[in-house]
Amino acid sequence: MFDFSIVAKWFDNLLRVTCGLGDFWVILIECVLVGLAILLAYALLAIVLIFMERKVCAYFQCRIGPVRVGWWGTLQVLADVLKMLVKEIFVVDKADKLLYYLAPFLVIVASVGTFSFLPWNKGAEILDFNVGIFLVTAISSIGVVGIFIAGWASNNKYSVLSAMRGAVQMISYELSLGLCIISAVILTGTMQISGIVEAQTGPWQWLIFQGHIPAVLAFIVFCVAGNAEANRGPFDLAEAESELTAGYHTEYSGMGFGFYYLAEYLNLFVVSGLAATVFLGGWAPINIGIEGFDTVMNYIPGILWFLGKTFFVVFLLMWIRWTFPRLRVDQILNLEWKFLMPLSLIILVLMTICVAFNWTFTIV
Amino acid sequence: MAKLIMFTILAVIILVAAIFCVSTKRIMRAATALLFVLFGVAGIYFILDYTFLGATQISIYAGGITMMYIFAIHLVNKRTLQGLSERWSSKRSVVAAITSLIGLSTVVFILLKNKFIKETLSTATSSGELSMDIVGNTLMSPEKYGYVLPFEFISIFLLACIIGGLVILNINKKREEK
Repeated sequence: MFDFSIVAKWFDNLLRVTCGLGDFWVILIECVLVGLAILLAYALLAIVLIFMERKVCAYFQCRIGPVRVGWWGTLQVLADVLKMLVKEIFVVDKADKLLYYLAPFLVIVASVGTFSFLPWNKGAEILDFNVGIFLVTAISSIGVVGIFIAGWASNNKYSVLSAMRGAVQMISYELSLGLCIISAVILTGTMQISGIVEAQTGPWQWLIFQGHIPAVLAFIVFCVAGNAEANRGPFDLAEAESELTAGYHTEYSGMGFGFYYLAEYLNLFVVSGLAATVFLGGWAPINIGIEGFDTVMNYIPGILWFLGKTFFVVFLLMWIRWTFPRLRVDQILNLEWKFLMPLSLIILVLMTICVAFNWTFTIV
Repeated sequence: MAKLIMFTILAVIILVAAIFCVSTKRIMRAATALLFVLFGVAGIYFILDYTFLGATQISIYAGGITMMYIFAIHLVNKRTLQGLSERWSSKRSVVAAITSLIGLSTVVFILLKNKFIKETLSTATSSGELSMDIVGNTLMSPEKYGYVLPFEFISIFLLACIIGGLVILNINKKREEK
């Protein structure tokens, strides 16, 4: 298995020994470089995801999607980005200007913040606290504030309605999201993201195999709640275009709108990435206990495993989005408070019992 | 060095946001500024290597401030929401001054009495990130310095809140049916 920390250590040594820089400068340079890499990956992935969404949506609706700009429509998203960049940015009359400008940044901060927790490869976890997975849920909840402020500061009744819906929905679904993560933490015994992935290496050690019934249930609940948390799919009533024009970002133009657009797709990626990390083993390759097969699988680099699993979950969520009709607000709250949350509490108890009696699935 | 720079940035953010919070006329702006104060405090917890408390602070107050926005919209009258109400009234500022004096004196008293500034300055060695195991075990341990009793009290308190909310909801529903 390729270990990225070799590269990181080599670069660290290059700065420290060859260039002879002090501790402060070394850390500063590394932080800036890592930050740039994160933002670059963020922008590139956003383009890929938007293109994928348009194509997947098109095929689900029996169309072919964008094909004119570039080969098979591949340059369409770049053209869209260009259009968005040159648009005029205006402010609504009598709106709270400060909050109006602040809101997109809160949303994008939450999105980039959670994005940088994803484990890309062995030794390539960027933010790796010992409270890792808990901090992810904490940072993702900043996005709620951004959405709410946006709706309020737009001085538009549709936007306020949509902001209320968004806030209620996201705060509710955070509960079952958190509970599912906790049941995964019970199984792995650590909150550190690198530790969670490390616990899933080895034959049949992905959490979804290791924790069998409760883990599979938790994975399903996690996907549903994550879809709601990202404001997508059947849960996109915060931007229900038929009732609320475009919801909380009705009054935004140019990059203000662009930030919401970016954050929406990247939140989808982050949720899928977390599902892949926690339940499908992150960068851990699939091992079945037969040596030849395992060695071949271990030669595939971790980043490919991670991206493959993540895009598999992304496709799953897109499939759901373009298949189911939008729910009403009372249906959404009923689903969370009367079904998903009790279910995730039951999963929590089941998982605890399984772990306590050592009923987890392991091949020694 | 790096810690000092981070602390300065956070301190400036906290102070500016706090002053903006109490001096602005619009309640939504005040709530947003409060959010930044609380996030700044979370940042200080991170500097102190107590990541669990920092994460909890962010997660609780991001949701909490959203709830505060909703309450502000529901409970505050229209003039205040639009920022039209007057800023100073003499009676209120006297009360505010007294309250802030009491608060300040409490904080100064605790700071001086506990002498923990000297202790932290003399033992400048940081013990590194506090492990999650220790936090969890201390939270659930019934032994000395364990927190299981306060933990259970909070659980009962929250349960009472939930039941109270349901009771109030049912009373309203019955009235509507009549």
